[in-house]
Amino acid sequence: MKILVCITHVPDTTSKISFTDNDTQFDKTGVQYIIGPYDDYAIARAMELKEGMGAEVTVLNVGLAETEPTIRKALALGADDAIRVNAEPEDALFVAQQIAAVAKENAYDMILMGRESIDFNGGQVHAMVGEMLNLPSVSPVMKLDIEGNTAKMTKEIEGGKEYVAVDMPFVAGCQEPIAEWRIPNMRGIMTARSKPLNVIEPVGDGAGTTVQKFALPPAKGAVKIVDSVDELVDLLKNEAKVL
Amino acid sequence: MSVIVYIESSEGKIKKSSREAVSYARALNNGDVVAVSLEAVEDAELASVGKNGAGKVLVSETAIETAEAAATALAQAVNSTGADTVVVAGSASSSVIAARLAIKIGASMVSNVVALPDTGAGYTVRKSIFTGNAFATVELKKANKILSINKNTVDISEDGSEAGVEKFSPGITTDDTRVKITGRDKATGKVLLPEADIVVSGGRGLKGPENWGMIEDLAAVLGAATGCSKPVSDMDWRPHSEHVGQTGIKVSPTLYIAIGISGAIQHLAGVNSSKYIVVINTDEEAPFFKAADYGIVGDAFEVVPKLTEAIKALQ
Repeated sequence: MKILVCITHVPDTTSKISFTDNDTQFDKTGVQYIIGPYDDYAIARAMELKEGMGAEVTVLNVGLAETEPTIRKALALGADDAIRVNAEPEDALFVAQQIAAVAKENAYDMILMGRESIDFNGGQVHAMVGEMLNLPSVSPVMKLDIEGNTAKMTKEIEGGKEYVAVDMPFVAGCQEPIAEWRIPNMRGIMTARSKPLNVIEPVGDGAGTTVQKFALPPAKGAVKIVDSVDELVDLLKNEAKVL
Repeated sequence: MSVIVYIESSEGKIKKSSREAVSYARALNNGDVVAVSLEAVEDAELASVGKNGAGKVLVSETAIETAEAAATALAQAVNSTGADTVVVAGSASSSVIAARLAIKIGASMVSNVVALPDTGAGYTVRKSIFTGNAFATVELKKANKILSINKNTVDISEDGSEAGVEKFSPGITTDDTRVKITGRDKATGKVLLPEADIVVSGGRGLKGPENWGMIEDLAAVLGAATGCSKPVSDMDWRPHSEHVGQTGIKVSPTLYIAIGISGAIQHLAGVNSSKYIVVINTDEEAPFFKAADYGIVGDAFEVVPKLTEAIKALQ
C-alpha cells in the first residue's frame, strides 16, 4: 500500500501574529514552525496503518527550502521519503495542482492531509485534489480503517457523525481523534537525516487568488469583572443588549 | 450575470447561515440571485428565501448524498443560469463541495469571507486567517468566483417576496456516488453549535460529565447551543462535535459564555470572533478573562444555577 501524506509548515499555535512590510508580509521573527496540527493527525494515522498492515509513506510539502526542518520531522516520525515542491504555497488551487501532479506520477492508494491549514484555514485542498484526480474525497475524517480494498471512515457533520465507506484510492482530510499525535524518537531523528527528500519544481497554471494585505483585529477593551449575577444580567441586557 | 447561492437545511428548515448567504448574494448587486437546494425541503420553506433576496429557487429532483454529487449539481446550476459568482455559508461540509465546484467551473475561491467584496480596483474580499486572529485582503483573479462566508458577515434581509420554486434534474454520474454513506448519528432538536447565536461552553472546572446538567439548563433558557473545551472532549465527557477551539469547531456567536475554562490560546482561537464573551472561573488569573468582555470570579456550581434563574426571571 502506498500512502501520500501532505503537510503544511505553519506557525506554532501559540505564535504571536504580526505583519511587516506595510502589512504585506507575515512577520516570521521569533516564530517557531510546526507541522500543521491536523496534518500531524494524518501522519500519525499513516504510521499506524504502516505498522498494522505495511505501507510505504511519502510526505509532500509545497514550500521553499525553509520548510525542510518541518519535512525532516515528518520523516523522523517514520515516513519513508519526502517530496518538496519548491514554491511558496500561494493558495489552495496552487497547492492542489502540485499535489495532483505528484499523485498522477505515482499510484497512491490514499492521499491524506489535515482538514485545513491553521494559517489560511481554507479547508479546500483535499477536495480540489480529489476533483483534479477524479477521486472521491472525505473530510473531516475522525476515524479511518482499511478493510480489504475499502476504507471505512467516520466523518464529522454538524451535530454528529456520518459513517462512510469508499474504495481505494481516495483523498481524506483528517482531524482528531483519528490517531494520537506522535513525538519523534532519537532513532527516528537520526534516520530521518539520510532519508530521501526530493525537491521538484512547481507546475500548473498558477493561483486563483493573491493576498494583497494583512490586518490584525482591533484590540479588545478591558474586561468588566462583576461581583454578582444580577450585575452581569443587567450588563448583558442593557449594555450588550444580547438578552 | 447572476449569483448562485447553495442553501442547506436542518430538520426541514432552511439554516439561518443559508439565509445570511442569500442576503449576502443580494447585497452583491450582481443580478438575479438563484438559490439552489439539494435536499428534500417543503416548497413553502424554500420559497421563503425569497424574503432574504433570492429571485428563484432551484431544487434537485433527486436526493444528493455526497459532496461529489453536490458539486456536480451546483456546476449544472451555474452553467444553466450563466452565473459567474457562487456564495455558500461556510462549514466543513460546504467548503468541500465549493472547492470541488471551484475546479469544475474554473473559479477563484475564498473561504472565511467576513465582508462584502470591494470592486473598486480588481475584486477583493476580506477573509479571516490564523483561526480568527488576523485578516487578509485577497484578490480573486478569475472571472468565476466562489465566496464562502462566515457567520455574521451581513444582516439577514427580510424585505423580499416569496421566490418561485423550480425543479431541476442534476446529471449525477456513478463517479459522484463512490462514497457510500452507511450510517449517521445526529443529535436532533438541538441548536447546532456553528449556527447558534448564543453558546454556553464548559471546561474541566466542571469536574465531570455528571455536572453538565447546569450547562444544559442555562443553554435551554437562552436557546443556546452547548460547547466544551478540548480536554473535556478528549476525556469523552462530551462528544467531539461540541469541542470548540483551534482543532474543533470555530464559533462566532453574539454571546459566548465560558464556564470553568481557563482559556488556552487554542481554545480562544475558536471563539475570538464572538461579539461578547462572558467568563465564569474560580481563578482570577485565568487567561480567558483577558479575552472577555464580562467576567465573574466565582464557583460555577454557585454562579451558573443563579444565572439560569436570573435569566428565567427576565423572560
